[in-house]
Amino acid sequence: MNKTIEQIRAEALEEIETAGDIEKIKDISVRYLGRKGIVTQYLRDIAALPASERPEAGKKANQAKKAIENAAEDAISKLSLSEKDPTGAIDVSLPGRLSPRGSLHPVTRITQRICGIFERMGFDIAEGPEVETDYYNFEALNIPKNHPARDMQDTFYISENIVLRTHTSPIQVRFMEANAPPIRIIAPGKVYRCDSDLTHTPMFHQVEGLLVDESVSFGDLKGLLTLFVQQMFDAQTGLRFRPSFFPFTEPSAEVDIQCVICRGEGCKVCSGTGWLEVLGCGMVHPAVFENVGYDTSRYRGFAFGMGVERIAMLKYGINDLRMFFESDIRFLRQF
Amino acid sequence: MKISLDWLSQYVDITERPADLADMLTMAGFEVEAVTDPYEHLGDIVIAAIRDITVHPDADRLSCCSVDTGGATLRIICGAPNIKTGMNVPCALPGTLLPTGTRVETGTIRGQVSEGMLCSEAELGLGPDASGIMPINDAIPPGTPLTEALGLSATIFEIGLTPNRPDCLSYTGIAREVAALCGATLKRPVPVIKESPPDIHALTSVTIENPDMCPRYSARLVTGVRVRQSPAWLQKRLLSVGLKPINNIVDITNYVMMETGQPLHAFDFNRLSEKRIVVRTCQTEAEKSFATLDGKQRRIEDSTLMICDGSAPVAVAGVMGGENSEIDDSTTDVLIESAHFDPVSIRKAGKQLGLSTDASYRFERGVDPEGTVSAMNRAAAMMAETAGGTIAKGIIDEYPGRQAIEPIRLSAKHTNRHLGTNLAPEQIAGYLGAIEFAVTHRDNDAMDVHRPSFRVDVSRPEDLMEEVARLSGYNNIPTTFPAVSAKTQPPLRSFALKAEIRELMAGFGFNETIHYSFTAKNGERLEMPEEDSRLNELPIVNPISETQSIMRTSLIPSLLEACQKNIFRQERDLKFFELGKAFYSHGTERLPDETGLLSAVWTGARHPRSWHEKTVACDFFDIKGVLESFFSALRTRPADFEQLERNQCAYTCPGHGANILAGNTEIGVVGEIKPSVLERFDIHQPVFAFEIDLDRLLALVPQATEFAAIPRFPATARDMTLIVDEHVAAGAVVKEIEASNVDIIEDITVFDVYKGKPIADGKKSISIRITYRSHEQTLEDGPVNALHQGITGKLLAVFDAGLPE
Repeated sequence: MNKTIEQIRAEALEEIETAGDIEKIKDISVRYLGRKGIVTQYLRDIAALPASERPEAGKKANQAKKAIENAAEDAISKLSLSEKDPTGAIDVSLPGRLSPRGSLHPVTRITQRICGIFERMGFDIAEGPEVETDYYNFEALNIPKNHPARDMQDTFYISENIVLRTHTSPIQVRFMEANAPPIRIIAPGKVYRCDSDLTHTPMFHQVEGLLVDESVSFGDLKGLLTLFVQQMFDAQTGLRFRPSFFPFTEPSAEVDIQCVICRGEGCKVCSGTGWLEVLGCGMVHPAVFENVGYDTSRYRGFAFGMGVERIAMLKYGINDLRMFFESDIRFLRQF
Repeated sequence: MKISLDWLSQYVDITERPADLADMLTMAGFEVEAVTDPYEHLGDIVIAAIRDITVHPDADRLSCCSVDTGGATLRIICGAPNIKTGMNVPCALPGTLLPTGTRVETGTIRGQVSEGMLCSEAELGLGPDASGIMPINDAIPPGTPLTEALGLSATIFEIGLTPNRPDCLSYTGIAREVAALCGATLKRPVPVIKESPPDIHALTSVTIENPDMCPRYSARLVTGVRVRQSPAWLQKRLLSVGLKPINNIVDITNYVMMETGQPLHAFDFNRLSEKRIVVRTCQTEAEKSFATLDGKQRRIEDSTLMICDGSAPVAVAGVMGGENSEIDDSTTDVLIESAHFDPVSIRKAGKQLGLSTDASYRFERGVDPEGTVSAMNRAAAMMAETAGGTIAKGIIDEYPGRQAIEPIRLSAKHTNRHLGTNLAPEQIAGYLGAIEFAVTHRDNDAMDVHRPSFRVDVSRPEDLMEEVARLSGYNNIPTTFPAVSAKTQPPLRSFALKAEIRELMAGFGFNETIHYSFTAKNGERLEMPEEDSRLNELPIVNPISETQSIMRTSLIPSLLEACQKNIFRQERDLKFFELGKAFYSHGTERLPDETGLLSAVWTGARHPRSWHEKTVACDFFDIKGVLESFFSALRTRPADFEQLERNQCAYTCPGHGANILAGNTEIGVVGEIKPSVLERFDIHQPVFAFEIDLDRLLALVPQATEFAAIPRFPATARDMTLIVDEHVAAGAVVKEIEASNVDIIEDITVFDVYKGKPIADGKKSISIRITYRSHEQTLEDGPVNALHQGITGKLLAVFDAGLPE
């Protein structure tokens, strides 16, 4: 007995571990455990030991045999599993099979974003017809016939009393006629103006907002729109309120935001002013409340409106308004 | 409106820098859209001295001039008669763009080189004189820029005035605002009138027949004037705001209008028949054809107010004068009209004549009814001064429409509540007082406010609150947040559904498009028969073009146009969808039906072109598959597809289109677009499309989703193959199986359809797999086989079918 059973066991396990091939492991197994194998021989040699040492030696030798058998079996089963791996290599650089993705129109995306901000502030969505009566589009909004304020919006006519709505404001009137205060609505939609050039398309999209309650002030309007602008653009965007005129609000204001391109330094997009006009707004004119039968001494409200394309152009850096309606796949795909 | 700062400073002392003033005005509601110099275009013109003149060798009427431009000597060919050696003239160097549109270049004129151009007043846009080169003071050294030589520089504010502020369509109006903003004082010119007998009433009279349209008519008479060019300062001022100088009398009326906002008209008094004025409408057909002083013969409506003399119209009231009473060089006596007209009637007249003038623009917005006399006096004084006239004693002032101005009761508390401010009544009164509102305090809250007569836009407390907000500065109002109730409405289902549909379609690989709601008429290009409801189109009275003249009743044409444009750019594989409205007319006096539509087109490849497989063109079943997935995603019950009758949907190929049905409701169509229709859209590849009615679809989408228990027992499937007539629809066979109403049938799938050998001509095979499952037990083969055979037997009988050999 030249080697101890511990040495034999260690050598066998080492050989099995490094073999890496089923046939080799089988050979190793035979070499140690076969009829003339090293361990078998060792077991036989135990008979020659003094009786007092035999039980201990026999136990160790049998443990070693078991360990070598197990190690060989494990190694063989591991190797035979990995033989199922595919052979050869694939060109992983080739393109995969696409699940082709479509796209949402940028006007849709921006409309959803605007509405989402106001929905989180408790506003409900409202919609209305795109072909409107003169009454809802103009008169109920304090724009009488033959008033120069009508020149502010070039109108498409169906007949003397039916027009394509020039703004989403008629939705306000319809909603107030059908619902009592308090009211918080946000109304997106298509609007039409008879104007077509580089910076005007005869159809475009607006989002209109209206809030009516008992105690609402111009200061509240400023707060709400400041929140909106900072969520739509970013929290650092400055804004200013500038007196303006809309027949259906009093006081009326235009909201300018700090130019998102130059951060107010002055650039081509803001014509060097550092400001961009993005919203019109104001406190609801009492004449509008009278037209829908609201008590003007009890309720106050404010309304605001914005052009979706205008905001989309600023958000995405689109420089040509007409792109929105030309359905160029190279444009649409980008959104 | 253009405001020259130089001119403005006559009425208010301006200490602010122009940029600061522009900002102040913008923030007070008078948006300064641009700051310009009207003489910028003359920047390249220099003063040149003519040193030598010789006659052009090949043209008698042309001269070859040698001119000194201060550093260089240029040779310039000139045809003007008034040039003399030693004369100083304006010279445009090569490269200059003249206001006439001519670009000056070095060139040859009849063989002689010309290195620039000597200019007349008209060529420089500085006046009407085109008779010769404009002479310049000889004392000015050659090379001096023309703008410097003539003192032509001005800062012009272009103000975008809102329609509610007609009072600011004048220098006085803007100056009043500037004074209020800067704490300065408004300086009004006080005309000095030197009257001479006889009294105006002895010379003329004014009769107003329509006082509702003409509440006031004031007039003055200036006799013995000499009509000629206005003095340079006056011409310069008019030019600086874009008004063309005409002659001293007309220029003064324009100048005073710019100064006061009151439009004036000057009549040649001696051309007025019976030397009197009658304000009335047309009475005879002959009167209705009237020549305005722009040289156009115009048709006058019955409702249009005219200024007439003793016999005939001489002006369209408040809009434009007539040729027949126009001031010209021979005029000696002038009647100045300073009137007030009803805004609505002036607007109607202007619209009807297609004419907007400086006068009508102001009248239709609202002019100060109290301003007629002072404006007229200012004009008369200026005429006497610059045209040498004599002012007749007294004025005519017919004022049948005088209206009292009621005070407006304003509460400081309400003002603060409306604005979110905390202003004391005294502060509120201070802001209003600065723009000439008279305030009387009633108690420590309420005040009575009298608006000035020129503020025709103010009638309610809210109007006053706006003035207070504006002058205190919108940006000084504290920013607060509304405290509102938690009440909300249930969400608008249609809006949420549209958002879901868009996401689904994008998920199926379609790109969303948005097109104009107006298109060309559809009948012909979609080959629609007369009875098609989609020809019930709503026309627009004033469309931008013929191709945008009706409100669309289908979105398919817009989508086909989108395909064409992209295919033209070599983008041939396209999947587009659009959500939009169709408009069905109920005549032009009622609102149309607006129906929401979802439409989609698919053309070109089925899958994106790739190395994986040969490119396969999409077909009917691709787009039908989209619809089926779509309905499944919306959890509506599966739709039926029923072969379209010929002409039921004119733009689909016969035999290649289907009605989409949900129960008995038609919700849309799907099919291949007819090649002849595609031809009209200039598309030369197959296009598949569907269009569905969103309102009908909405009714089918379940409000809630209900869970169905997962089956506990295994399913078992049986196949069958039937040989049927080739016209038998697979769907009919499936329907027949469904009709057998066997509760353990879980699914029926058509998995193969085959035509050709060995199946006889005129026949086809249909292979169907039926899946059986019970919710109570594991099915046994015997009963399932028997059931399956029973169904097969029934189908053989119903469809006169056979089994494969």
